Amino acid sequence: MKLFGRDKGSSGEILSGGESAIANKEVEGLSQGQIVRRRFFRHRGAVIALFVLTSLIVFVMSALDTKIGALRIPGWWKWTVEDIPELRYEDCPGGTTGCPTLSLNPSGAFGLGTHPFGQDDIGRDYFALVMNGARRSLMIMFVIGAVSGFIGVVVGSIAGFYGKRVDAVLMRLVDFIQTVPGIIIAAVIGKAAGRVGPLFLALFLGLLGWTGLARLVRAQFLSLREMEFVDAARVAGASNVRITFKHILPNAIGQIIVVITLIMAGAILTETALSYLGFGVVAPDVSLGLLISQYESAFTTRPFLFWWPGFFIISIALCVNFIGDGLRDAFDPRQKRRITKKDRLKAKVDIKAGR
Amino acid sequence: METNKSASGSLLKISHFNIDFWVDGVWYPAVIDMNMELAPGKVTAIVGESGAGKSTVALGLMSLLAANARMSGSVMVKDQEMLNAKPLLLRKFRGKEVAYIFQEPMTALNPLFTIGYQIVETLRNHFDMGPKEAHARALELITMVDIPDPHTSIEKYPHQLSGGQRQRAMIAQALACDPGLLVADEPTTALDVTVQAEILDLMRGLKDKLNSAILLITHDMGVVADMADEIIVMKDGLTIESGTADQIFNRPGHPYTRELLAAVPKLGASKKRVLAYKESSKPAPVLKIENVTIEYPKRGRVPAFVAVKNFSLEIFPGEIVGLVGESGSGKTTVGRASIGLIPIKEGSLEIVGKDISHATQKELFGIRRHTGIVFQDPASSLNPRLPIGESIGEPIFLAKLAKGPELARMVEDLLDQVELPRSYRNRYPHELSGGQRQRVGIARALALTPDLLIADEPTSALDVSVQARFLDLLQELQGKLNFACLFISHDLAVVDILAHRIAVMQNGLLVESGDRDQILKNPKNDYTQRLISAVPVPDPAEQRIRREARLALKK
Repeated sequence: MKLFGRDKGSSGEILSGGESAIANKEVEGLSQGQIVRRRFFRHRGAVIALFVLTSLIVFVMSALDTKIGALRIPGWWKWTVEDIPELRYEDCPGGTTGCPTLSLNPSGAFGLGTHPFGQDDIGRDYFALVMNGARRSLMIMFVIGAVSGFIGVVVGSIAGFYGKRVDAVLMRLVDFIQTVPGIIIAAVIGKAAGRVGPLFLALFLGLLGWTGLARLVRAQFLSLREMEFVDAARVAGASNVRITFKHILPNAIGQIIVVITLIMAGAILTETALSYLGFGVVAPDVSLGLLISQYESAFTTRPFLFWWPGFFIISIALCVNFIGDGLRDAFDPRQKRRITKKDRLKAKVDIKAGR
Repeated sequence: METNKSASGSLLKISHFNIDFWVDGVWYPAVIDMNMELAPGKVTAIVGESGAGKSTVALGLMSLLAANARMSGSVMVKDQEMLNAKPLLLRKFRGKEVAYIFQEPMTALNPLFTIGYQIVETLRNHFDMGPKEAHARALELITMVDIPDPHTSIEKYPHQLSGGQRQRAMIAQALACDPGLLVADEPTTALDVTVQAEILDLMRGLKDKLNSAILLITHDMGVVADMADEIIVMKDGLTIESGTADQIFNRPGHPYTRELLAAVPKLGASKKRVLAYKESSKPAPVLKIENVTIEYPKRGRVPAFVAVKNFSLEIFPGEIVGLVGESGSGKTTVGRASIGLIPIKEGSLEIVGKDISHATQKELFGIRRHTGIVFQDPASSLNPRLPIGESIGEPIFLAKLAKGPELARMVEDLLDQVELPRSYRNRYPHELSGGQRQRVGIARALALTPDLLIADEPTSALDVSVQARFLDLLQELQGKLNFACLFISHDLAVVDILAHRIAVMQNGLLVESGDRDQILKNPKNDYTQRLISAVPVPDPAEQRIRREARLALKK
């Protein structure tokens, strides 16, 4: 009798586990990475978010000039932050100034105009300002993700792997950092950071944000180090370093990636909040939170000064969150695909001997 | 009992029952055109390897399957159609008419409630009962299933009970409403043989008392021989053969049934295995354990626990020693300590002439080349993120014996030795079946051609037919490579096939050790006798005699 499934190997064994044998059909012949990728791309929200975020990053980064040392890559946008063009007075409702020229009305004057996002009080192009702010915010987001990711993984691994006293000391450190109200410290340092620059602020926020990740990595290590494959590696003669990096860490990588994405989504909001309070990025630097805080009073008369940075903050945070959610689902082996009625009706029947 | 009778005289009638699972746009059949009937007071067993669809049938009866399943055909319980029945009717029948006993009582009982509460809950769901009445009935049930000290046990949480007691509690819950049909899905697989024998006795007694029918699902032919009136053999969702126990065991019609029966290891059926050397001219032992005590140190408020006390054992080159005992007897601890995974507290331990009693990590590195271990659980003993070729090659790579193409060649040789295709080198563990993974485990253990192999229950997670092939392979490799082996198992029949000598452990103590035949045929110790008599034999007639003998021994 022919068993279902393809090649069963020379030993002719049936793939194990009743329902699970059938459930395994979905992942047959795929590597772990392929399975995760497949599951991720099935999550529609996450894929759209990934696409939107990538385009957003490319769009924002290429809009203005980029200076890397002496090298200068010109941006495609005509204004820079330093330019102070004349304020527009015409066509603005209620006698305001510098209103956006962006028009999406297909029958009328469809197009960008000279200042699609409008101008600020003194006439600077608001599109250029928002782009510059988004750049800063994105930079801060990635730096925070990298710094807290690195520290969290290292501290968590050491605590989880060695346990006992090392674990106790490191976890008390985590307790300490968690009990200190982060926003106040951030505010104090942020006040100083205004003079040192946004990179310092990002590094500092990263130094505070790793505690949750460290706890998670530690918990993963505690359960993974009891697995038999760790003993098997030890019997094979593997050193502690090799066991940590070759055997345990790759098995925890899924959760680590998920938490880091979520940290990044939180980071962009923390930066916004601090800048809004005046402790984060300080003028003449620009960030999205700072823009909102500066033009808060203009909300009733010139709301566009408020809307545009807000729109970018929400889009970035939402996209990163969605991607994190998609990754979480993709890495979770228990996550089952929901089956709709349509799926049921459309399904073919597997042809098998004896039916 | 009159209530269990229906017009047609059968309690459960399944006809043309099909179950399919939806995976990625395709319906895969899991159960195909199944037919059976079960009368009150009878036991029907469904047997087959994992993946045959046994458990799927059990869950399908009461529509307990996941959302990606579809069912067709008819399932009649007491002349009521259960397929596509209204949820209210199903709920009325579940627990009251059809009760389930699952394999793993730890996960089937809710850890947040006492067992008494869980039984009371079942009772009050189905009957109009006051809390006091229900409590009294629960107490009665707990007494009936022989849980010691019912008055205090009723207030206990599942984690406070032993495995056997938990299974009894689950049986008590299942019996709460005097169900007409008891579906037992591998009820004793997670239990030790002695406890298994007691649970089976209990189920048999209750069946006779209540005149319930039992649908027994198991892969253990010994349990089937002990319990079943009728047997259904399944493979890949198809019913291969069905008939009375006598028919199936003594005159099996289908070749698959014969194969399945032949794969079951039988106690005392294998030939004596002889060592290459005489008793008088023994070479130096490969493993020498002398008066070893192993203690798990104090952890917070948990006091130190002595797992092994004053244990001595020697294994000589080319010899297989079987180490048997129930769960918690300390056999795995001995195995792990023998290769330096667990430190010992007292005594001395020697491997190939080197004393490792108090060795440091660096000193242990030296003995890694002489030892290998095959773990119990094929699912967790391979790193899921490494291709199996890399897992197998790791010991060679770390011992700096080979690198690059030479290492690849050695890995291929090892795969050949364990009869796996070379192309499997790049596969990941999750793509392999349990038996194949266990072969990978052997290949890795033998990578450095060790003098001593520790096999820690390597077959307990495998099907009988896979187990038979695995044991053949192990024997063949042992014959070729002539390593010494400490084979740890709770299954006496498996040890019987392999071992030259047998050591029996109980509660961390060595109770008896000696030649295989001496232990199995002429055990001196009480405990060994009980252990041997509790093993069910896959032959209904012989098993009945053994059962009666065991009950006599108990009195």
